[in-house]
Amino acid sequence: MSDLRSSTLIVEDIAAENGDRNTRRAFLAAAGAAGICYTAALAYPVYRYLASPNEMAMSETAVTEVTLKDAEKLPLGSVLMFKFGTRPALLIHHEDGRWISMTAVCTHLGCTVQYEPQADRIHCSCHGGVYNAYTGANVSGPPPKPLTLYKVSLNPDGVLVSRA
Amino acid sequence: MTSKSISSSMYDWVDERLGLSELAAFARHKTVPSHAQSFWYYWGGISLFLFLVQCFTGVLLLVYYRPGAEAYESVRQITFVMNFGWLIRSAHSWSANLMMFAVLVHMFSVYFMKAYRKPREFGWLSGMALLGLASVFGFSGYLLPMDELSYFATKVGLQIPVAIPWIGPAIATMLRGGPEVTEFTVQRFFALHVVVLPALFIPLLGFHLWLVQKHGNALPPSEEAKPESQRKSIPFMPSFLRKDLAMWIISLNVLALLASVFPWALGKQYDSLAPAPSGIHPEWYFMSPFEMLKLLGMIKWLQGESGEIAGILLFTLGIMLWIMIPFYDKDKESGRRARVAHYFGLVAIFALLATTVIGYWTIR
Repeated sequence: MSDLRSSTLIVEDIAAENGDRNTRRAFLAAAGAAGICYTAALAYPVYRYLASPNEMAMSETAVTEVTLKDAEKLPLGSVLMFKFGTRPALLIHHEDGRWISMTAVCTHLGCTVQYEPQADRIHCSCHGGVYNAYTGANVSGPPPKPLTLYKVSLNPDGVLVSRA
Repeated sequence: MTSKSISSSMYDWVDERLGLSELAAFARHKTVPSHAQSFWYYWGGISLFLFLVQCFTGVLLLVYYRPGAEAYESVRQITFVMNFGWLIRSAHSWSANLMMFAVLVHMFSVYFMKAYRKPREFGWLSGMALLGLASVFGFSGYLLPMDELSYFATKVGLQIPVAIPWIGPAIATMLRGGPEVTEFTVQRFFALHVVVLPALFIPLLGFHLWLVQKHGNALPPSEEAKPESQRKSIPFMPSFLRKDLAMWIISLNVLALLASVFPWALGKQYDSLAPAPSGIHPEWYFMSPFEMLKLLGMIKWLQGESGEIAGILLFTLGIMLWIMIPFYDKDKESGRRARVAHYFGLVAIFALLATTVIGYWTIR
């Protein structure tokens, strides 16, 4: 009889201990989750604050076209540098009268390229990359990809450059 | 190798070189007295926490703040253009005020618990120096937005050193960077606020904390009177640390609530030709000294320029007495001197509160 009692006691003890462990685990999980929420609530404003300039730039990158006033007066064989959204771009008025526009960001490591009228090519001074001044194709040097071309149309109020 | 043995061998590697286990053993044995006045032990920790908040939010403001001629425009940008910029700025301003409050509570609790007595004199002195630096932090930071209020606060505040005989005007001109408050003033206050003051404050704070660690928490006289067997203490790790951190979280919540519900305002851009806005007054922690100087100047035989000098002298004397208290009320055998110091403290609190109330009462 006494044996039986003690064994039930042991069973109860184990059950109680398991219950304790479960509530303990549940408590720790809840505390952990609350801690993560708390930290996130603190970190979110800080992240958004630091990201502000990038967010502002993002709205500029969404630009799909830009009108360059008086750019139609650009002499033959010369170039105009302008900003397409946040990034530099080229508008070339070739000797043969053709208008070509493309991004000025080198596809190699992001330097700004330049148009060389005497060689009629686009050159990047950083690592010597060369592009075709009509098609933007990467001709020689390290650039892995061609420069992206933009569409050009001459309007009464200037030159309209838009995403192709 | 199991992950357990990897981590234990990594611990051994680091421990051999940095002595982590000595540190852990040391922390295990550290205790903090536990008694009816234990609550006041947390205020130094709260001050420390709010200082850390100041460092963190200060660096965030530094990301967009531009001193000099563009100061106001950059603060306007932080407040109205950058995401949550208003919140970061509000938190920095509120935390500065809460830190001042916590520091004052800490100072008075140390004073009335007589925690400045032997061997803690340097703790008291370094604490007073930290309070002085914190005031200069407050004063210099107040100018940085360059709005109307900060412009006039700085203009008026820099008139006080002018009353010091002989060298006063030169000191004021040097601080101001010219005869008037201009963008040169904001530029040098900026250098003071973000470089010079932190460079002085942080090592001094390290010294202060090291002393607390070296001597432990002081017992108030009522506890010291008890026999050792009746005194209680709790282990620092984890009991006291846990309570300390709980206080930090409470402080953070109070700060978050204040900063978001009562965002710090930005006034109009300063204009050196505009008249001072009505109701302009010093920040609450400068109200009392400002009002004391004003009241001392109103005493009949103190009027005029000599009165201003006498006011500053008297005021300085009071502060010197306050700073030197550990050398007057030296230890638990102080007797009569202990009571005098106690009453001096009560008078100081009364004077502080009374002049603050009068100051706010008489705002025109």
